[in-house]
Amino acid sequence: MLDELTRKIDGALKKIRGQGKLTEANISDALREIRRALLDADVNYKVAKRFVARVKEKSLGAEVMRSITPSQLITKHIHDELTELLGGEAAELRLNASGATAILVVGLQGSGKTTFSGKLAKRLKERGGKPGLVACDVYRPAAIEQLKKLGESIDVPVLTSDEKDPRRIATSAPAFAKERKLDALIYDTAGRLHVDEEMMAEVADIKAIVDPNETLFVVDSMTGQDAVNSAKAFNERVDYDGVVLTKLDGDSRGGCALSIREVVGKPIKFASVGETLDALEPFHPDRLASRILDRGDVVTFVEKAQAHADELESEELEEKLRKNAFDFEDFLKQIKVIKKMGSLSSILAMIPGASKLGAAADVDDDALVKVEAIVNSMTREERREPKLLNGSRRKRIARGSGSTIQDVNRLLKRFKEMKRMMGGIAKSGLPKTFPKGPSPF
Amino acid sequence: MNPFKNVNFEKLKRGLTKSRKRLAAGVAEALTGKATIDEETMEELEEALISADIGFDVVERTLENTRSRLANQADRGEGAALKAVRKELAAQLERAGATADYEPALASHKPFVILVVGVNGAGKTTTVGKLARNFKRAGKSVIVGAADTYRAAANEQLEVWAERAEVDVLGMAPGSDPSAVAYRTVETAKREGIDVAIVDTAGRLHTKANLMSELGKIGRAVAKLEPTAPHETFLVVDGGAGQNAVQQAERFSEATPLTGLIVAKLDGTAKGGALFRICDALDIPVRYVGVGEGIEDLQNFDPRLFVEALFNE
Repeated sequence: MLDELTRKIDGALKKIRGQGKLTEANISDALREIRRALLDADVNYKVAKRFVARVKEKSLGAEVMRSITPSQLITKHIHDELTELLGGEAAELRLNASGATAILVVGLQGSGKTTFSGKLAKRLKERGGKPGLVACDVYRPAAIEQLKKLGESIDVPVLTSDEKDPRRIATSAPAFAKERKLDALIYDTAGRLHVDEEMMAEVADIKAIVDPNETLFVVDSMTGQDAVNSAKAFNERVDYDGVVLTKLDGDSRGGCALSIREVVGKPIKFASVGETLDALEPFHPDRLASRILDRGDVVTFVEKAQAHADELESEELEEKLRKNAFDFEDFLKQIKVIKKMGSLSSILAMIPGASKLGAAADVDDDALVKVEAIVNSMTREERREPKLLNGSRRKRIARGSGSTIQDVNRLLKRFKEMKRMMGGIAKSGLPKTFPKGPSPF
Repeated sequence: MNPFKNVNFEKLKRGLTKSRKRLAAGVAEALTGKATIDEETMEELEEALISADIGFDVVERTLENTRSRLANQADRGEGAALKAVRKELAAQLERAGATADYEPALASHKPFVILVVGVNGAGKTTTVGKLARNFKRAGKSVIVGAADTYRAAANEQLEVWAERAEVDVLGMAPGSDPSAVAYRTVETAKREGIDVAIVDTAGRLHTKANLMSELGKIGRAVAKLEPTAPHETFLVVDGGAGQNAVQQAERFSEATPLTGLIVAKLDGTAKGGALFRICDALDIPVRYVGVGEGIEDLQNFDPRLFVEALFNE
C-alpha cells in the first residue's frame, strides 16, 4: 500500500509522466500536497513553508529517470530532508564520569514528565546504574506521591520532602545521593506554562542549583502549532540539551518534533510510547520522518521482532513479509513474539498505513488470547492455506476455540487486510527510493 | 441559575491576551493598507489561522467562504474581511451547539451525572476539581468519583482538589474496576440526595482499544442506576493539542457518546483552534474553557467571545 501522501503526490504529478523534467509549473500541486501533509502532521506553519521551499529547490530541474517516478523522487527528497532536519544519529545521554549524573526534567503541564522520569530511572537501573528520583513538583496535588509510588514499583529511591520550595529540595539532593550511594539523580520538576514568569524563573534557579549533566525538555507528541513557542521559551530559560517526545503510542504524526528541532536545534533523545515503565526507546530520526509522512515505522517493527526472536526467526519474518507469504503458521509464531514485544496496538502503530486501516487496526490487546485460541484451533493445513477455511471449518474452529463464528470471520478479515498491507510495503519500491536506510525492504 | 456565570469573563480575555496579540498582529499585518483582500493577504490570514491549530481543511473552507462572502459585497476592506472571517468561524462553533448561556439541566436530573474523559495529561482531574468548585459555589451538593484507578496517586490528586472545592470524594483501592467506582459514586449521590455526581476517569490514549471499551463500560454502569445518565460526558482537550485531537474525539465518541467539549490550558500561548475540527466532525458543542490553575478558572464557553478574543486587540 502506498501511503496517502505518496498517492496524493502521485496524483498531482500525473501530468508530468512522459515529460523529462520537474518544473515550477508541474510540481506546484505536489508541493501544495506536501505542505498540507506537513501542516496536518502539526509541523509549524513557518517551518513547513521553509521545508517545502527546500524540497522544491532540490527537485526543480531534476531529470526524471526511467527507474524512478517523479513522486518517488520527490518523496525521497522529502524523506532525506526530514531525516536530516531531525538529526543524523540517535543522541545518547551524557553521563557524569566522576560523580553522580544529574538529569533535570522540565516541560509543560501534562506533557508526561513524571512518567518519563520513572521510565528513565528504570532504564538506568536495568543498565546496571543506581539511579534515584528527586520530587521537585510541590504544586500539583499528589505529584510527589505519584513519583514515590512509581519509585517503589521499580525499587528506586525517591527523595521527597515537605519543603515548599523546590530549590531547597534540589539543594538537598546531592547529600541524598551520597548517603544512598546513587550514581544518577533524576529531578522531576513541576509542569509550568512558558509564559509564567515566576515559574520560569524558578526552573532556571533549579537548573543553576542542580548544574545537571542533561536537561531534558519533555513534549507531548500530540502538541500543535504552539510547540515552537514553549520549546523556545524553555530553551531561553534553561538551555536544555535534548527533547523527549511522549505519548507516541497514540496516532499523532509528531510533526511538532520537526518544528522544535528546526527552531531550537536541540536533538530529540527519547521517544516514550506507553504508560508502563518499560516503554522508553532511544529516538531514531529516520523513523519519525516516516511517521510524519505516515510511512509507518517498519524498522522499529522489525527491530523489536529481532530483539525478541532469535536471528533465524527474524530473517524468516522479514523474508515472509517481503514475499507476502505470511500465513497463520507464521502468525502464530509471531503472536508469541509479539506478546513479548509489547502491546499489539503499539506495534500496529509502527506499520505503514496502519492509521488508514481504521477499525481493522483497532486491536484490543486482551483479544490476543482469543486470537491465539482461534489460530490454535486450525489444522496445520488450514494455517498454511487460509483459503481452505469454508463455513463448516470456521464453525468447527469457533467451537474449538470457545469463540463465535463472527470472531473467526473478523480475524480472517483482519488477517487478509494485514497481508494486503504488508504486500503493499514490499511493492512500494522502497529499495529504490530509500537506499540509505537500514530498512530490510 | 448558571453556576459558571458569575465567573469573571475578563479572565478568558486575559488568558488569551498573548495569543490574541500575536494573531491580531498577524492579521493586521495581513490587512493593513489594502483596500481589497488579495492573495497575499489571504495567505497571511491563512498563516494566522493555521498557527492557531485551526487546521488546513477548516482554514481553507473558512477562507473560501470569506472570499465568496466578500465578492458579493461592496466593502471588501480590512474591517469587512476580518468581520467575515470572524462571523464564519463563530458560526461553525454555533452550528455545533455552543452557546454562551449553556446551563447543565441540574433541575431535571438528580443526581446530575457528569463523566469526564480524555487522553493522558489533557487536564481532566484539574477540570473535575474546578467543575466541582463551581457547582458547590452555586449552592449545589457535589460528589466526585475517582475512577482513575490506574495511575499512581491519581486518587490522592483528586482528593486534594475535592478538599479545595469542599466536596465529597469517593475513591476505591488502586486497581479497582473503574466502572464500580462510577457506579458507587452515583449510588451514593442517589442515596444521599446529592445534586451533582462527577466521575473522573483515567487518561487513556484513543488508540488503546481495550481502554476505550472500558469507557463504554463505565457509561453503562452509571446508566444501570440512572437510565438517563450520564447526563453530560465531557471530553477534555488540551488547548495546545494539534490536529490529532480530532482523531482523539472521534475514537472517544465511538467508545462512549460525548455530549460536549472542555478546552483546558488556554492560559498560555496556545489558542485551542483544534476544537473547530472536532465540533465539525462530531457536531458537539464546546461547553467550558480552562484559563488558569486556580480552582475558579473554568468558564462558560462563548463562541463569539472566543473567536473575537482570537482576533481583537
